Amino acid sequence: MAKVPNQADLLQSMNYTPPAKGWMDVPPNLAPGNWAYPAKAEKVEYLGFPNPRQWSPADEDWKLPPDWWQRIHEGFKERLGKYRSLQVFMDICVRCGACADKCHFFIGSGDPKNMPVLRAELLRSIYRNDFTMAGKILGRLAGARPLTLDVIKEWFIYFYQCTECRRCSLFCPYGIDTAEVTMMARELLHLVGVGINWILEPASNCNRTGNHLGIQPHAFKDIVDFMVDDIEEITGVRVNAPLNEKGHEVLFITPSGDAFADPGIYTFMGYLLLFHHIGLDYTLSTYASEGGNFGLFTSADLMKKINGKMYHEAKRLGSKWILGGECGHMWRVINQYMDTMNGPADFLSVPTSPITGTVFKNAAQTKMLHICEFTADLMKHGKLNIDKSRNAGKVVTFHDSCNPARAMGLLDEPRYVIKNVVDTYVDMPAQTIREQTFCCAGGSGLNTDEIMEIRLRGGLPRGNALKYVQDRYGVDTLACICAIDRATLPPLADYWAPGVSVTGVHEMVGNALIMEGEGERTMNLRQEPLPGMEEEEV
Amino acid sequence: MNAIYSLVFVFALVLIPLFGVGAAQQTYFFGVCVPWTAFLIFLVFFTAKIIKWASRPVPFSIPTTAGQQWSNLDFIVHDKYDNPATTGQTWIRMILEVFAFRSLFRNTSMRVAMKDGKPIVGYFSAKWLWLFALMFHYAFFTIAVRHLRLFLNPVPKVFEILETLDGLLQIGIPRLYLTDMVIVAAVMFLLLRRVAVPTVRYISQVADYFPLLLILAIAASGIYMRYYAKVDVVAIKQLILGMVTLHPVKPIPATIDISFFIHLFLVSTLIFYFPFSKLMHLGGVFLSPTRNMPNDSRFVRHVNPWNDPNIKPHSYAAYEDDFRTPMIAAGLPVDKEA
Repeated sequence: MAKVPNQADLLQSMNYTPPAKGWMDVPPNLAPGNWAYPAKAEKVEYLGFPNPRQWSPADEDWKLPPDWWQRIHEGFKERLGKYRSLQVFMDICVRCGACADKCHFFIGSGDPKNMPVLRAELLRSIYRNDFTMAGKILGRLAGARPLTLDVIKEWFIYFYQCTECRRCSLFCPYGIDTAEVTMMARELLHLVGVGINWILEPASNCNRTGNHLGIQPHAFKDIVDFMVDDIEEITGVRVNAPLNEKGHEVLFITPSGDAFADPGIYTFMGYLLLFHHIGLDYTLSTYASEGGNFGLFTSADLMKKINGKMYHEAKRLGSKWILGGECGHMWRVINQYMDTMNGPADFLSVPTSPITGTVFKNAAQTKMLHICEFTADLMKHGKLNIDKSRNAGKVVTFHDSCNPARAMGLLDEPRYVIKNVVDTYVDMPAQTIREQTFCCAGGSGLNTDEIMEIRLRGGLPRGNALKYVQDRYGVDTLACICAIDRATLPPLADYWAPGVSVTGVHEMVGNALIMEGEGERTMNLRQEPLPGMEEEEV
Repeated sequence: MNAIYSLVFVFALVLIPLFGVGAAQQTYFFGVCVPWTAFLIFLVFFTAKIIKWASRPVPFSIPTTAGQQWSNLDFIVHDKYDNPATTGQTWIRMILEVFAFRSLFRNTSMRVAMKDGKPIVGYFSAKWLWLFALMFHYAFFTIAVRHLRLFLNPVPKVFEILETLDGLLQIGIPRLYLTDMVIVAAVMFLLLRRVAVPTVRYISQVADYFPLLLILAIAASGIYMRYYAKVDVVAIKQLILGMVTLHPVKPIPATIDISFFIHLFLVSTLIFYFPFSKLMHLGGVFLSPTRNMPNDSRFVRHVNPWNDPNIKPHSYAAYEDDFRTPMIAAGLPVDKEA
C-alpha cells in the first residue's frame, strides 16, 4: 500500500482555490499514487480488448497504437450516435457550477478537475473541437482543444478518479450525469488499450471462474463448507447450503467479496442462517457466484456478457426467480440494465415470497428481488424469530451505497430491516445519506490500495459524517449493503472515524435470528462474545 | 479574460448598428434583413438540433432516483415525484424540474472548518442560485411574451392583463415594469457570481459570459428605449407587423430612434446565436434521460435498439468443461460426467 499522509497533513494540503493558470494548461500529476496499476497484458488479451502490452502511466511513452487518434475520434462519434445521454450532455451544460462541491473527490482534494463540470469538460472540449462548428472555427475561444496524447493521460487520471456515484447528477438542473460521461470516456480509453488492472482482472476472472476473485468451483465449495462449519460452531445448527443444484425455487446470487473477506463473510453467514430459518428452497451457484459486475466500469458490451450468466444459470437450474444479495453496483446493473441487455427472462416467474405469499410486482420484469425487500417483507409479516438483544449495545448508522440510492431508490427497506434487529439506530446528517449519500470513494473499480490516498481524500465527506454521529450519538457500527463498501469502509473509518466497525445488514440479521434447535448462543458470527456473555470468554 | 473578451464582443455588436444605421443609414438592412435572417437561422438550427437529439436512441433506462422507490411493501412510502414509477409521475417530476428548477433547489454549499484541529465538513442551504436563476428565467419569459403585442393586431386581452400586472407598482410614465428590474438584477447576480466565486470563474468560458452580457445589453437598450428615448412605438409596431406578414414597410419610418435598431440587432444576435450555444438547454432539459424516464425498468421492459444478441455469456458448458474434474472431486453436481 502506498504511504498515506496523516490526517493533519492531508487536510493541510486541501486547497479549494483554483490555480492561476487555465485548466487546459495544467498538466495532470502522473506520479505514482495518482493512478491505479494498468491492466496486465494477459487480462487485456483474454477479454479480447485492443493493444495488450506492458506499460506504466509514469512512462513518457504509453505505447498506444499508431492510429490512436483515429480510434478515439471514431469511437467518440459512434457513441454520440448510440447514446442520447452523451449527445445531450455534451451540448447543454451551462457551467452553473451547482455540481462543483458535490463530488467527494473535489471535497477531499480541491483539485478543480474533480469538479464534475470540469471532469465532463475534459471530454466536452474534445467534442467541441472535433464535432461542432464553433469549436472548429474558434478553437480555444469556444472552449475547444485538440485531442493529444496529454489529453489521453489526463482522461486516464480523472476518469479513474470518478466513482460513477451520480451524486452530481442529482443536483444538476439538467440531470447531466457524470457517471455516463465517465463510462463513455473509459470505453474510449479501452479502444487504445488504456485501462486499469483492478477492473479488468476481476472482469476476466468473472468471465472464466464465475466470480471476480477467481475462486474455482471446488474452492468455492470449500469456502461455503467452512462457513457452514463456523455457523454450526456458533449456533449448534448445521445449515444446508446447496450449490449448483437443479430444481430449487430460488437461485441466490451475491457478490463474491462476501465469500472471501472479513467482514463480508459474516454477511454471507447471515444469508445462510436466514434461508435455513425460513426453510427457503434455494441454491447457490459456483458458475454465477458473482453479483457484482465490473463490466459496468468497463464497457456496455462486457457488462452484458458478464450479466448474462445470471439468467443463463437460472434457466439451466430451472429456478423460478432470482434473489440478489447486498451489493451496490450489482443493483444498478439489475435495475437499469439487466432486462434490457439480457431479458426478457420469460422462463422465470414474478418473485413471490414462499413464506408470506407477497408477489413482488416491482420485480415483475427482471424477476430478481433484493434481499432487503425480501427480508423486510418477512419481518413485516412476523415470520422471523428475532432476539434483538444479541445486537444490544450497538449504536448503528447506515451508509446508503451510491447505486441502490441513486439508480434504484432502495432507501427505506434496509433501514426497516436494521431497525428490526437493533435497539439504537441513528442516521448521519441529511446531506450525506439517502439520495444525497456520499460515496465510499472506492466504487466503480477504484477500491485498490495503490491509490489509497485518493480514496481517503474522497472518503472525507463520508468519514466526517460518520465521525459526527460517532461523537454525538456514540455510533460504533456502520451498516451497509454493498460488498465494495465492506472492503472500502473499514480503512476509511479507521482513518476518519477510528473505532467504528463495518457490518453488512444481514450479518446483524443472522446474529439476531433464533434458530430452531440452536444451542445457547454465546458468540456472534465474528466469534466475539455476545452482550452479557463476556465473562465466558475466559 | 473570458469575461473581457465577451464584453468586447458585446460592445462591437452595439457599434455595428450604431454606425450601420446612424452613419450609413442602412435602416432596411438592420430593420428587416438582419432579423429575418436571424429568425430563419434560429428556426432551422433549433429544429435541427432537437431532431438530432431526439433521433439518438436511449439504450438504457438511467433515471437518477432521488427518493424511495416504489415497491409492493405498503409500509415503505414511495417518493412519487422524485423517484417516479409511472409516466404520470414522471410528468410531474419534469414539470417541477422545468418550472420550479427542482434539482437546483437542492443546492447546498460545502465548507470545511477546523475545530480543535479536527475537520468539520458542513453543508449549507444555498438557494441563491436557484432563486436568481428562477427570477431570471421568469422575467425573461414574461418580457418575451409582453413583446408579442408588437406582433399581434388587435392585441388580445391577455396581454393587456399581463402588462397591468407587470406594471403593478404604478411608478412613472411610461409605467415601470417589474420584470425590467428583475431581469437586470438577476443577470447582474449571475454575472457577479461567475466573476466572484473562484471555482465558478475557473470553469467560465466566453460562452458563459457572452450570453449574459448580451442579454444585459438587450435589457439595457430596451429600458433606454422605453423610459428615456420614448421611441415611436406605433412606427415600430408597423415595422414589425410588416415583417411578420412578409410585407415589410418601405421606407422604414424615419421617426424610429436608433436605439431601436441597436436593440433589434442585439436580439437578432441572440436568436442567431441560440441554437449553437449552451442556451439550447431550453430544449435539452426535456430530453435528459436521467430526468424524463420513470424508474420502472424492473417491471416494464425497456428496449435498446442496438442491443447485440451475439454477445453471450461464457456458457455453463464451457465452464464445466474447464473445471469438470475438480468439480466431481469436490462432489459438485455436473451436467456431463467425465
